[in-house]
Formats: sequence, C-alpha cells, structure tokens
Amino acid sequence: MRIEGRGQIDRTKPVRFRFDGREMTGFKGDTLASALLANGVKLVGRSFKYHRPRGILTAGSEEPNAMVEVLQGNQQTPNVRATVQELYDGLRAQSQNRFPSLRFDMLSVNDLASPFLSAGFYYKTFMWPRALWEKLYEPLIRRAAGLGSLSGRHDEDPYEKAWAFCDVLVIGAGPAGLMAALTAARAGADVILADEDARMGGRLLSDGGEIDGKPALVWVDAALAELAALPNVRLMTRTSVTGAYDDGTFGALERVSLHRSPAPHLPRECFWRIVAGQTVLAAGALERPIAFPDNDRPGIMMAGALRAYLNRYGVAPGQRVTLIANNDSARATARDLIAAGVKVAAILDTRPNASAVEDCPVYLSATITATRGRHGLKSIHVAHAGGTAEIETDCLAMSGGWNPTVHLTCHMNGRPQWREDIAAFVPAPNAVPRLTPAGACNGAFSTAAALREGADAARTALAALGKSAPDAPLPLAEDTPYAITPFWETEGAKGRQWLDFANDVTTKDVRLSAQENFASVEHMKRYTTQGMAPDQGKNSNVGALAVLADATGRGIPQTGTTTYRPPYTPVSIAAMGAGGRGAGFAPQRFLTSDQASRDRGAPMIEAGLWYRPSYFPKPDETTWREACDREVNMVRASVGVADVSTLGKIDIQGRDAARFLDLVYTNTFSTLPVGRVRYGLMLREDGHVLDDGTTARLGENHYLMTTTTAAAGLVMRHLDFVHQAFCADWDVRFISVTETWAQFAIAGPKARALLDSLIDNAPDLPFMGVAPVSLGGINARLFRISFSGEQGYELAVPTRYGEALFRDLVARAETMGGGPYGMEALNVLRIEKGFITHAEIHGRTTAFDIGMEKMVSPKKDCIGKAAAARPGMHGAEREQLVGLKPLSDAAITAGAHLFTPGDAIKRENDQGYVTSVGYSPTLGAWLGLAFLKNGRARHGERIRLVDHLRGIDLLCEVCDPVFHDKEGTKLRA
Amino acid sequence: MRLTCPLCGPRDRREFYYYGAEDYLHRPAADAEPGAWDNYLHLRDNPAGLTNDLWYHDMGCGAWLLVTRNTVTHEIQQVQAVAAPQAAKKGAAK
Repeated sequence: MRIEGRGQIDRTKPVRFRFDGREMTGFKGDTLASALLANGVKLVGRSFKYHRPRGILTAGSEEPNAMVEVLQGNQQTPNVRATVQELYDGLRAQSQNRFPSLRFDMLSVNDLASPFLSAGFYYKTFMWPRALWEKLYEPLIRRAAGLGSLSGRHDEDPYEKAWAFCDVLVIGAGPAGLMAALTAARAGADVILADEDARMGGRLLSDGGEIDGKPALVWVDAALAELAALPNVRLMTRTSVTGAYDDGTFGALERVSLHRSPAPHLPRECFWRIVAGQTVLAAGALERPIAFPDNDRPGIMMAGALRAYLNRYGVAPGQRVTLIANNDSARATARDLIAAGVKVAAILDTRPNASAVEDCPVYLSATITATRGRHGLKSIHVAHAGGTAEIETDCLAMSGGWNPTVHLTCHMNGRPQWREDIAAFVPAPNAVPRLTPAGACNGAFSTAAALREGADAARTALAALGKSAPDAPLPLAEDTPYAITPFWETEGAKGRQWLDFANDVTTKDVRLSAQENFASVEHMKRYTTQGMAPDQGKNSNVGALAVLADATGRGIPQTGTTTYRPPYTPVSIAAMGAGGRGAGFAPQRFLTSDQASRDRGAPMIEAGLWYRPSYFPKPDETTWREACDREVNMVRASVGVADVSTLGKIDIQGRDAARFLDLVYTNTFSTLPVGRVRYGLMLREDGHVLDDGTTARLGENHYLMTTTTAAAGLVMRHLDFVHQAFCADWDVRFISVTETWAQFAIAGPKARALLDSLIDNAPDLPFMGVAPVSLGGINARLFRISFSGEQGYELAVPTRYGEALFRDLVARAETMGGGPYGMEALNVLRIEKGFITHAEIHGRTTAFDIGMEKMVSPKKDCIGKAAAARPGMHGAEREQLVGLKPLSDAAITAGAHLFTPGDAIKRENDQGYVTSVGYSPTLGAWLGLAFLKNGRARHGERIRLVDHLRGIDLLCEVCDPVFHDKEGTKLRA
Repeated sequence: MRLTCPLCGPRDRREFYYYGAEDYLHRPAADAEPGAWDNYLHLRDNPAGLTNDLWYHDMGCGAWLLVTRNTVTHEIQQVQAVAAPQAAKKGAAK
C-alpha cells in the first residue's frame, strides 16, 4: 500500500513489471521488494528445507527470504534478492524453490515431516546402504534442496574486471561514510567512495531525521553534489566491497547493468580490485531478528526495513502494524508509522522497565507466544507483564538490536570483540592494517556519532598519508543514546523459533547441536547449516551463537563467532573470471608467417602460447601423415622452409659476457671464435638439464643465445637470477629479442641454392658459422645450423619483414621441388637424427642420461656441476637415452613403458619409457626415443614395449638414438 | 598482496614470480662438501613469522628481489634488489 506524500520514488514515472506472470506497476526508484509490498504481495518465496511460505524480511543486501529468479534476454539469474533488484520497465521475475506454484508447493510436506528432519537428519539417515548414495539419496536430496535455477544456456553477456587506486577508500555512504569522504576530499586526498546501493545516503535515506536543522536528505544531496564536483573524488554506486586483502587491496563488485534496464553496451558486472593507501570502513549495521514461535510468517519483517519501505519508498507493508523490540531504536519506526497515518496496533517491548509512553498501546515484558496466518500474518498471541493478549495485525516489525557490519575487519584473521553495553560485536582495533572503522559498524549508532567518527577516521587516514584536514564544525544531528537489553529467544513457548530463515534453522536445532556435543560454534554451524545460506548468517549468526552460549553455559564472548570470509555478498564467477573465457583464457602468440600458413590450409597447433603450423596439406592428401611424410621427404631430397621464430632469443653483451656464458652453460663459450655458433647445455643447480640450444658469437663481447620454445621464459628468469645473485658486478647485460627477429630454417640439399637465389654473394659459411647478410638493404643474420640433419641454414630478419621473407622463401623453394614444412615433419626429422626436445629433457634427466656428460667441462665451474657429480646422477642404473625400432610395422606410442622380454609386466620390472615417436618415411619404419636402464650398453637387445592405455604390446630393438646419417656428412656438406 | 619493487614501485603480487627461500643466494663453493650442497639445494626452514624469500619481477623489470615478510601477519618488512650491495652482502656474491 502506497502512502501519499512519502518516499523518494518518482511518482511521475510508473514502471510496469511482472512477478510470477502477474503484471504490476511500481515507480522509478523502487526495488522489486518495495514494489511487491506496494502491490500487497506478501508471499514471495519458499524456504530452503521445509518450503515454508516466506515474505520480505529486510530492505537490503542481507535479505534471506525474498530471493527470486530474474529473466532477462537469454539469462535466468537465480537467487536475486528482491531487495536489491532495482525496478525497471519490463522486469520479469519469478519465485523459486516451489512446485507447482508459490501458494501450493508440494514439498511443503517437508514442513509436516519436520519432527523427523531436525539438524543432522541427513548425516544420520542417508548413511546406509551405501549403494543408494549415488542412485537414490543424492538425486532425492538435490531435488528437494536448492534455491533458484539457471537457464542452462551459456552466459554470453559481457563482464569486466578493473583496477582502481586511491589515497582513501571509503566503504559505505551513510552519514559516517559521507562525512569521511567529505573530510578526506576537502583535504585534497584522492578519494573513492563506494556504496552497494544504487543511491548514496545509507540509513539517512530510510530514517529521515534532520541534520543541521534541515531534512537529512537535503544534507545528503548537498554532500553528494560537493563530492561529485571535486576532481579528486570518484563515487561508485552499486558497488559492494566484498573482501579485504593484504596491503590495502580490496575486492569490489560493481553491478554495472545488472539489476537495471537491459543495456547491451554495458557489462553486466565489473569486478574491481581497489588499492587504497588508507581505508575508512563505514559499512553500517544490520538489524537482528527476535526468535519467537513461527517468527517467519510473511508479513513479519525487520523494524528498520519497515522504516525504509515507509520513508524511502512510501510503502506501508501492512495496515495494522505491531512492533516487537528489545531496544529504543525501534520506537522511531512506530512514530514514523503513526505520523504517516498507519495504524500501529501495539508496541511490544521485551524489557520490563522501558518507557510505556507512545501514541499507541505499549506492552512491557512482552513476548510473542504464537503467530497465525499461513500465507500472510493475521494475528499474534502476546504474553506481557499485565497478562496475555491476542492482537490482530497484518505486519509485525521486530528489532533485536543492531549488529555492526564488522565483516571486512575480519577478513585478515581479525576476531570481533563483544561489547556488553550494546550487546554486539565490534571490530577489534587494527584488525586490518590502514583501515579505520567509523559509525554504526564501529558500534556508534546515532547520526551525530556517525558524523563525528566519519570525520575522525578521515583525519586518521589523512595523518597517515601526511596530509592534514582543516578544522571544520560537524553538522548537528540527533545523538540519542542506544539502550538495549538482550533478548534472544522466547523461553517456554511452544513451536519452532526460527533463527536462520534462509536455511531453516531453529533455536531447537542449535540446542540439539550442543546436546549432541557439537558445541563449538564452528561445529554448530556445520551441524545445523546455520549461516551457510546465501546471506551467510548476516541476520542470524549472532542470535544463533547467543542461543548456543546459553545452551552450553558459556558466555557470548567465550563462544565467539564463526569465521567471516570474503565475499561479503555473493560474487558471480563470471565477474571474477571476466575476460578469461574461451580464447581469453590465455594470450595467443602468432608468428609473422601465421597468415601465410593459414592461407595454405595449415592446421595450427599450440606450442605454449604460440600457434605453429602442424603441416601444409596438398589438395590430394587426406591425412596428416601423408602431408608429414611428404614434407620429410622434401627436406631430405630438396629443400624445406620452416618458421622457427618461436625459439627464445637472448642478446647478451658486455666484457664479461663470455665469462657469464661459461657459468650458465656446462661447456665453454669463451673459446668460441667470433662468427661461430656452438651447441650449449644448461643445467639447473640441482644437476638436471634445464635447456639446450645454440649460441652464436656475433662479436668479441656480443653473443646471441637460442633457447627452446618451451623454456624461453624459464631461461631468461634463470639468467637473471644467476647474474643478479652471483655476479651482479660483472659487465654483462642481456635482453630477450625473441620478438625482435623472425627466423626461418632452410634445410635440405638445395638449401644453399635457395640462399644463392635470394642473397647476392651469400657468405660461404662452414657448419656452425654465422654472418651478417644484407637482404634488399635490410640487415639480416645467417646461421648455418640444423635441426633436421640436412645442410641447414637459419635466416633471421627484423620481425616486420618476417611474413614477406617467409612467402618469398616458400615461393623460391617451390620452384626447386621444395616448400614449407610444419611441426609434424620437424619432429620426425629431429627424431631421425636423435635430437632432443623437452620431451627428453623433461626436468628429471641429467647430462649423463642424454649422453652429454662430456659436455660438462672439467676445467671450470658451472651452474649444476656440483650436483650433477653426486652419486645417483650418473651410472648404469640410470635410464639412458636410446633409440627404438619396432620389430614389426606397427605404430609405437610415447608414454609406453619398457620391460625385459620374459619379465612380468609390473612396476618393479619397469626398465624405462618412451618419450618421442614418429613414422620415418626416410627409413620406412616407426622410430622412438626412449630412456632405458643402462640403455647405452644394451644397443642390439630386444625390449618389450607395453602401453596399456592404447593396447600396445610389442617387441622393439634397442639402438643408437641417431638413426639417420650418424656421421653427419649431410649436415656438413 | 603487494610488493614494492625498488625499481618500479608498489605493484600487485600478480606481477611477481615466487621462487623460494633466501638460501638460494648462498651458493656453496664448487668444491664444498656434499652436505653443504644438500643443505643449499634441499633443506629449508618453514618459519611461522619472519622469512626472507626470493621473488622475481617477471611482469616488470626482471629484478630479483629479496623480500622480508611475516608469514603470520602478512606484513612486508623490506624489499630489496638481490643485485643491490646490501642484499649482495647477505647473499653469496663472488
């Protein structure tokens, strides 16, 4: 029911919406909850376990009951709290967790069975027989439990994540937050003010009242106008600060287009990481319910929420309102109702000595012993100092006191402290470094106290930042003392008294938990599921632990709270993972030849973040093997071109460059002549192989190192460590030039002819030579190195010329019977030559294992040398690199294990494993590289290769890993 | 968590790569006893409290950093470049 002349909604802008198919009208500025109440809707949902009819309890993000599904485009968003869903034209919402309808829900039979469904029921009942767990119990429980449901379609909507930095972050824009932001901003600090509501002002929007003799809203608007005009202030509405993390970092969820009219150009949500020098927490307080029998009926709500609906939205949720409270603050709600012309049936004060003076009947020492009205409250039964009474009422507001919103102060292990005078937990001092709580979240409940603490907290922050705030008088506001006598549950009353509305936990469940010795608050929580619903116990946790404290005979401070963890309010995974879906999961690195390769129909294969061509299919080829075999034959017979730019390239310069390389490589580079290239092996300090590659000496003090594609970053990090940790004073500097140069392998008997057609007076390089060359006026580098076993060159040009050079090289190769080759052929070519990759140097192999122990120079120290010499790092027992040739035509697989023929196939008899395989068209057979115990002494033996995963079991011959051109004559031709 | 890189200023921990304990700076001499190498490579304390460990500014300047932090309170007490003279004194510069 709307009250004329009340509220901050825009009555000139009616908004049409649908709830459960029924068309209704609200106003701009409404939430779904306020609009439903204005339309007389009391029943909005069903509870989680017993499917009890439930109505709207709160007016904020802590709402446990009024959760709905919102339908928008392709989206069906479940568990949307109607209290934060802003009303927009065409909004469609529906109730959830009910079948077939909200008013008639089949599973409400659970409520009748509740004597059997007490806390721990599932733990006790679904234990046996075990066979039924998966088939019967789980589907049954899953169907009965749960809240809203998703659309089942992909969420295609955009989400974002972003960073923000500021001097002072102010969390919450009520009186304390606004005052803190004003004080900090006026002193010139860079301020972010974040508030979860669509409109800033906090309780001032709901409580009315006066500041500086004028309506509080006037002050709010003036404060916001001043803040908005300042260039050093950012105002973030609809932004819930969800977590406090180390070093002034906060997580925050901004609902950008969510909960508003569909706006396709906006992201739904943005997850912020805000880094603040100082923080003022002005998160306010949340009102506590009171436990009495059937205190969960639709029509029963929080007193502060009722006040919000009345003053902010101009809605009276009932026509005969009753209040029950254990504190003075709820009286203001009654006065507001009476002033608005709403009938207040009675005020029930649980305290014996409270004031009885109000413009309505006041009962002292009052408790509620029963309530009636299944789908909406009809009457309550009251016991009070003077007897009993039956009161007809359609709306009951309750206030069990206020809980400061301490959540963020607990995210870094802080434990809140109990304050007896306000019967509430407040933040521990310095619970979060550089964060100062102020106002209601700090236990200061009056408006004047909030303004004062807000200003003081800002001054604390400014002082820490080395700034000072000019003295300014505080605005004048009410400073009513907060008087409360705790009242947690109604003793001696029959019927269930609800604590956690969302998870259907009663006071009896908590007592049962204590009785069954789940007496620690953390055990009670898990035994009863208290506080484990979407509201995370914001409404009920303190009440529940008070009941537990009573049941166990401990005090509330001794009982303590459960652990507060982020996020404060639910954060969608889509927002946290914004940008990380599909191809956004990892960056993609493309070669300069990428388009040229795709133009030729090459399927691309991922190599780390790189995309490399697998093979280049011809029109008549139907399988990758055909293409691969042809490309291998092509390289062996004429000439092939491959893009090898993915290899890491590190430019190393300085007078001590040679000395540095001698330290990081096992072999010696100081003796390498200028203009020559040497293969190098690099160890980790623990003696295992880190990487291998060629390094060229371009000048006396200038080297160019090549790493494998996979280890490029790793090697860079390693070089940086060795340099900075062990020889920072040496004259050596290096930088990654991987993306500076595009480099192409030109391999095959006609490689030289191809180069001659391209470069005038190409230098006649010896094997492992390097020289600068000029290519159409461009400075290029020519290396004579080979990963294929053929006469091979690599030609490097600045990246911007890469694509043109690749296309040119391929075109020239094709006139000679050659062409491009891809990763598959490259792999076969290197296996035929027994060249290793990271399939072999996988982190557990030593220089000895790969037959390169002679490359560890005895004349100098190097990284890993000492560890590589330890016992166990070399010797016959180790698995050594060998070649494998199957005795039949069958394919072999990498990952297969090796056994001595005749041995049982079991782990204890394992002789080794296969690392690389490929079909060699050159030899007409499958070839493998493998590690085999004492393998070098076993050439010529037969070994049994077993791959249980792929059903392979066959005999192979052990041989030298170099299958092709053992003498290297082709290489050096 | 944020680290103040001596070269780049305060940055989020996502820019850094964690390596391990400060021990890696104390490389034994090439001819040291096997026990010294075993200690250097494998034996680590796991303190509740102050620890010195090595981080690499991977997404930044490439500096290796010696970070003194408290594993209990998460307080970062000091960040210094491994290559800086005072850190080098703590480590095993040759």
